Amino acid sequence: MPEIASSVPDELGRFGDFGGRYAPEILVTPLEDLDATYRAVRDDAGFQAELATLFRQYSGRPTPLFHARRLSEHLGGASIYLKREDLLHTGAHKINNCLGQALLARRMGKRRVIAETGAGQHGVATATVCALFDLDCVVYMGSEDIRRQELNVFRMRLLGADVVSVEAGSCTLKEAISEAMRDWAGSFETTHYMLGSALGPHPYPLIVRDFQRVIGVEAREQFLAASGGSLPDLLIACVGGGSNSIGLFHPFLQDGDVAMVGVEAGGRGPGLGDHAARFSGGLPGVLQGTKSYILQDEDGQIALTHSVSAGLDYASVGPEHAWLRDLGRARYTSCTDTDALDAASVLSRYEGIIPALESAHAVAEAIRRAPQAPGKTFVVNLSGRGDKDIGILRENMPELG
Amino acid sequence: MRVAESSVTPSPQLNSGRIAQAFTRCDLEGSRALIAFLTAGDPSPDRTVSLIGALERGGSDIIELGVPFSDPIADGPVIQRASERALRSGTTVRKVLRIVEELRRTSQIPVVAFSYLNPVLRYGFERFAADAASVGVDGALLTDLNIEEAAGYVSEMNASGLDCVFLVTQTTPQERIARIAGHCGGFVYAVSRAGVTGVRSSIASDAVPLLRRTRRATSLPVAIGFGLSQRRHMEEVAPFAEGAVVGSAFVRLIEEHSRDESLEARLEALAREFKRGLDWSPASDAAVGR
Repeated sequence: MPEIASSVPDELGRFGDFGGRYAPEILVTPLEDLDATYRAVRDDAGFQAELATLFRQYSGRPTPLFHARRLSEHLGGASIYLKREDLLHTGAHKINNCLGQALLARRMGKRRVIAETGAGQHGVATATVCALFDLDCVVYMGSEDIRRQELNVFRMRLLGADVVSVEAGSCTLKEAISEAMRDWAGSFETTHYMLGSALGPHPYPLIVRDFQRVIGVEAREQFLAASGGSLPDLLIACVGGGSNSIGLFHPFLQDGDVAMVGVEAGGRGPGLGDHAARFSGGLPGVLQGTKSYILQDEDGQIALTHSVSAGLDYASVGPEHAWLRDLGRARYTSCTDTDALDAASVLSRYEGIIPALESAHAVAEAIRRAPQAPGKTFVVNLSGRGDKDIGILRENMPELG
Repeated sequence: MRVAESSVTPSPQLNSGRIAQAFTRCDLEGSRALIAFLTAGDPSPDRTVSLIGALERGGSDIIELGVPFSDPIADGPVIQRASERALRSGTTVRKVLRIVEELRRTSQIPVVAFSYLNPVLRYGFERFAADAASVGVDGALLTDLNIEEAAGYVSEMNASGLDCVFLVTQTTPQERIARIAGHCGGFVYAVSRAGVTGVRSSIASDAVPLLRRTRRATSLPVAIGFGLSQRRHMEEVAPFAEGAVVGSAFVRLIEEHSRDESLEARLEALAREFKRGLDWSPASDAAVGR
């Protein structure tokens, strides 16, 4: 395997044929300013030390790598390890990126932060760091997501954020991103756009990946220590925009024997509009600043998507995943809503861990593969906890009352 | 780093097409070009030719024909809603081209297709350029295609004789304005202010400095757009730009009167009002700084 980890993206933000920058011209200079600021801090020991301290003292890193013995025994095959990002402050991996970007915002002198959110986890993490750093915070959220993630909406407001409902299209993450970009096109002088996934115009896929790499860096060290020097056979993570998965995968890219699989939302079936499985139903295209695989109709209009988990419900996917997929370095599959709900139930019963429905997609894939993989080891990224999804779980499990 | 603002002069774009002719004619008539935007297929594809006719009778010199897109990140609510209406009425890239084909039976007004990248990417650059040229489109502007990623598109368009229009903005450094202008044909589109499309009460003071900077970088005509919605905006920009783009003001009228037979008459009257604001005599050329 060539030096894939360090060779991308190039200066224009390209990951092979994917990525790049496709932005309204007014935002090109703000994006270049952000890129320059980021490149300056990337090797700045003081910046990295401050971020490491925040990770340790504020958000609760390192997160454990937990051997899920009961689940592994129940499935009767592979040994499953869970990377416990769900134990982080605010309940998901999103805080990793937000702490990093908050430091960037401060360095650029931006006093106002805007963000999009799907499931609400990125919105909550953004609102949290804005409270911590005394920044004004506006979070755009699709009205459908507001409905199904009302607890997170309240959390954001409690943290002092202004949550703006977006009524357009499918009223989910895609429309929230568009609205945040429109805001930023008029507010960039005072405002940092805290994009939450490994998406959007360059340099966002690079910045978000780098701030999420801590997941894989820790998991790699922890696994080496626990196993007496070997690496896991397979990494499994869910892929919405793809930030938790790229964070887990990236530090292992040079380890040719470590396989990796990203799990997309299979929704309620394979028809266009019923899922968010970009790699099985999508084609290369450009949406919201980046070139990647996109669910679209024959006229290039972006398709509506569906998933029980708001965080995976998006028509495009991070460009680095598109590149890894075409290289064959990572594989991508999907789990249905039902698979994910069942997996959430299984993990709750066998390990006492209620996963976010996004992360439950990764758990579902582990459940599917483990029986056929005796003697193998899996690391599953448990990217978030399920508290926010209790209402949806309850609706789907009426037998529990 | 500051680049000397007058140091870069790209090679002039040769253009003898309808767009260039429109600017030349305006010059001779003592006015600036009125560039009217409307979304193709809003409220329905079979009405668009008639609406363009009304805009032309009112004095519009160039039509920017919006190709609807599901996720218009650079547009404000007025044009977002127009896109939604046009998509609901079944407007595809293919249908937009058919509209232009029909228009050409009765009108030679220059048409610039105004689209987001993805529908054109999906149609295929080569096929789009060929089909657009054959039905009588004169040029195109793809809002979310920056010059760094535009090489393939520009060469296909130019090979078919079509002009590519790109945007310059107040945040665009002088050196980049020159590079962007070097990719343009027909005219350079200067964005009057930060933010998205939409009606505004005043034109930002940033517009005039940007127009002056753009002028230094190109010999092409420069048109100004975003937020121009009143006759006095036309009067403000006429000394500084060869063209003024009006979008949301027309689109809002279409939205408000879409079921009304008087829509065409209203559009014509509004265009005429704007065009009057663009009267401009070459005697005031000194104001432009040439």
